[in-house]
Amino acid sequence: MDLSAINPVLLIASLMVAATPLLLAAIGELIVEKSGVLNLGVEGMMITGAIAGFAVSVETGSPYVGVLAAAFAGAALSLLFAFLTQFALANQVASGLALTLFGLGLSALMGQGYVGVRPPEMARLDMPVLSDLPVVGPILFSHDPILYFGIALTAGVWAFLKFTRGGLILRAVGENHDAAHALGYNVMRVRVLAILFGGACAGVGGAYISLIRVPQWTEGMTAGIGWIALALVVFASWKPWRALLGAYLFGGINVLQLNLQAAGVAIPVEYLAMSPYLITILVLVIMSADKSGAPASLGRSFHASQ
Amino acid sequence: MIALEKRPEPSRLLAMGTPLIAVIVTMIAGGLLFAALGKNPFEAIRTIFWDPLFGEYAFYYRPQLLVKGAPLVLIAIGLSLGFRAGIWNIGAEGQYTMGAICGAGVGLAFYPSESVLIFPAMVIAGALGGWAWAMIPALLKVKFGTNEILVSLMLVYVAEQLLASMSLGLLKNPQGFGFPGSRNIAEWDAATSWIAQDYGMHWGVVAAMIAVIMAYVLLNRHILGFNIRLTGEAPRAARFAGVKPARLILFCLGMSGMLAGLAGLFEVAGPSGQVSIDFNVGYGFTAIIVAFLGRLHPVGILLAGLLMALTYIGGDIAESQMGLPAAAIQVFQGMLLFFLLALDLLTNYRVKFAVKGAA
Repeated sequence: MDLSAINPVLLIASLMVAATPLLLAAIGELIVEKSGVLNLGVEGMMITGAIAGFAVSVETGSPYVGVLAAAFAGAALSLLFAFLTQFALANQVASGLALTLFGLGLSALMGQGYVGVRPPEMARLDMPVLSDLPVVGPILFSHDPILYFGIALTAGVWAFLKFTRGGLILRAVGENHDAAHALGYNVMRVRVLAILFGGACAGVGGAYISLIRVPQWTEGMTAGIGWIALALVVFASWKPWRALLGAYLFGGINVLQLNLQAAGVAIPVEYLAMSPYLITILVLVIMSADKSGAPASLGRSFHASQ
Repeated sequence: MIALEKRPEPSRLLAMGTPLIAVIVTMIAGGLLFAALGKNPFEAIRTIFWDPLFGEYAFYYRPQLLVKGAPLVLIAIGLSLGFRAGIWNIGAEGQYTMGAICGAGVGLAFYPSESVLIFPAMVIAGALGGWAWAMIPALLKVKFGTNEILVSLMLVYVAEQLLASMSLGLLKNPQGFGFPGSRNIAEWDAATSWIAQDYGMHWGVVAAMIAVIMAYVLLNRHILGFNIRLTGEAPRAARFAGVKPARLILFCLGMSGMLAGLAGLFEVAGPSGQVSIDFNVGYGFTAIIVAFLGRLHPVGILLAGLLMALTYIGGDIAESQMGLPAAAIQVFQGMLLFFLLALDLLTNYRVKFAVKGAA
């Protein structure tokens, strides 16, 4: 065992990379849940985004087109969920599960020809002086653009929810859809848009895993990150900045356990690998005492006749 | 303009009929999918749904129906109890794995004894393993109000890692030349769950049949079953009637965990034969589809389980004969759940095609 082999600067830099897919998916789901909809299909949308982004990147040679395609793929899949829950008024839990099962199968099918292929690389930020700074450089100024996009998105969502009229309507729909409907807001439209946004975010998060973090395609490669993102929203009490904090925390745990595996700690690999999931459970237990942040209409169907 | 009008009572006819319609619609959509993959859709559908039952080699495939159907039905029966009451155990895959590990572990501890007590001890250990794994989300929900969906799902990944650890370490076959995986339990007479392998009969099939009957009696003839249904359909009324939600959560999750654990044990001691890294193949997740397709009704689940088993077997045949990718069957099963949920609309609502403005 050699703990000195773990470089703290690289650890933090890779922590941010590990946290980004989680953050993207969680921010998307946060908006969905703020509108009063519980979409359990995050895992399915992420893995579909992962393969769609990967395949399009490989075919076009541009990772950016790939990320865009992933956003489309995630949104397209979430549209199915929107149809089921908003138009057909199906149970949200069951529909979300269906989305995940379907997404896992679809991605495996789409990914047949892409196992072992290397995707085109996304250029990292390279600023003349800043990126070469000793500690700050690798941590802050030499990442890929999507990572910064994730942080910007967090800020954007926070500002949207706090300062804009649209954010107010979204929250109203999530807190009390009957009142929002009585005020003349189109509950269904708001929710469908929120679901689409959540799908696009999850898709990009998935593409981040297959294009930047790993980068290659393997079946079922999201390995529960979509589910952890759902837990993260609870952890964050539906607040964007806390989602960022939580994502970095989870990313940190994951990177640390990978580093410990590499450093050859006496704990068997399998037990280290299960730690992120166990910690997720622990966090859920601690956070579930306080449910005050949850939107009041979360998970309830709305039909104008009722 | 299409308008929806809520039915005062869900239509009974459509409640029975929608699963059938969903299967037919899925066959059509699946046929299109197979055509898109460059396979003859009619041949594919025939290979999946007809050949295993009535084809040339049906004598070989029919027993497989029991082998694949038993774990699905056993798990889905357990899940349906909770789903009816709005308690969502979606970690059956983990409970299934834990049942297999615990049951096989207890059995292998006594290898190579030929005592008649070995198999019963394994069954009890398997049931307890699955039960204990499901009690984690149950107790956390009762004590702390933690979301059981996320906790039970996280535990699937934990169980997967435990499975890997067990098949590479503690339960590894000492005479296995270093290959991962345990001793073959199916070939050990005192511990095998096979009754008649040629007919696909093993104790899991028996357990599944008993579970179907017991669930039917519970839901229709017992106050506990009534309370489960009441909680799902009218939670407020249930609370006024004195139903204790905590007890119901512990019962439903515990029961579904136990049945999933049993399914895992029967699988590991029979069809699969050994604890190995790739032991779990997703029965725990497919059982969710089975439960919904069967309308959360015991008899429905039995039929749905057999149909799902058919898609597994037919999918295997289509893979080897037509080169249809295995993932296509997974997509097919996912689509089935989609169509089912969408068609449920017809059960609860009347669709009206009205001219806008007239009325």
